[in-house]
Amino acid sequence: MVKVIIYPTNSLILSDLVERFGHTPLAMMEKIKEKISTVGVDSPPLNITPEEPKMGLKYAAVEVPAGVRGRMAIVGPMIDEAEAGIIVNESPMAFGCMGCARTNELTKFLIRDRDIPVLEVDYPEDEDEAREFVYKIAEFLGSLSKDEKEGQE
Amino acid sequence: MPQNDDDIITKLVVISSDSVLPIDAAMKVYESETSIVIKETCFGTMVTGPREAVNRVVEELVDLDRNHIFVKERGFPPGDERRCRASRGGGPRPGFHYLREEVRTLPMIGRALDDYDKKVPLKEVAHKKKLDVKKLAEIIESA
Repeated sequence: MVKVIIYPTNSLILSDLVERFGHTPLAMMEKIKEKISTVGVDSPPLNITPEEPKMGLKYAAVEVPAGVRGRMAIVGPMIDEAEAGIIVNESPMAFGCMGCARTNELTKFLIRDRDIPVLEVDYPEDEDEAREFVYKIAEFLGSLSKDEKEGQE
Repeated sequence: MPQNDDDIITKLVVISSDSVLPIDAAMKVYESETSIVIKETCFGTMVTGPREAVNRVVEELVDLDRNHIFVKERGFPPGDERRCRASRGGGPRPGFHYLREEVRTLPMIGRALDDYDKKVPLKEVAHKKKLDVKKLAEIIESA
């Protein structure tokens, strides 16, 4: 079982596909759960403490807005922990709902920059693209399992 | 319910099936006699409880229609004040638009998973390319 970071980091489809094909998705939801169930971080609607932008300094320079650093305090450790990655480009939801385009750019850059297997696919717009999307992800996740078995042997 | 909050998780079960309705999923959870909380929603159900019980129940739910029921973990439990519309004065909850957008894609993904299981060979897909700058310049000049 390989820890796979997904981008968009809160994607239902990617999280489900990674788990379906036998790996562990590293997704934003679990990290948010850890954060909100920590005693002391319970002042709605804030989930971020002043500590987060400081932790984010590991991933982004001090001139970078605190919002990016705060987000990177959650996303950065996920990237460090990852053993593989799946990036979906041209995802319409990554604009807006995921908050911050600069954080997204930095997240993709840091995933690509790590020496781990990374699959990049485009968000599907029709049936044929959806099939290609699923097949590529399935084959990529299957190859991770093979690599893992070979590594153990 | 156990006292340890670490063991309590919430999973979103999104149903995009022609044969299974959210109520079927809810009934399946009620049948399971496990100490978990469920909430029916327009897209499926939310299941909250101890990790082991939730995983077991979700596995049973997914087995109802394996390729057309999708699951992800959710950070906030159902009814959490920071997310629940009841305490935020209405409007869509944060994250709803994202989920709605993905739910629209799920039927295609489900059919693709069916095809993958049946080992249907992949067709060559012609991808749309972005407009070349030279081509754009030609269009502007020709106008």
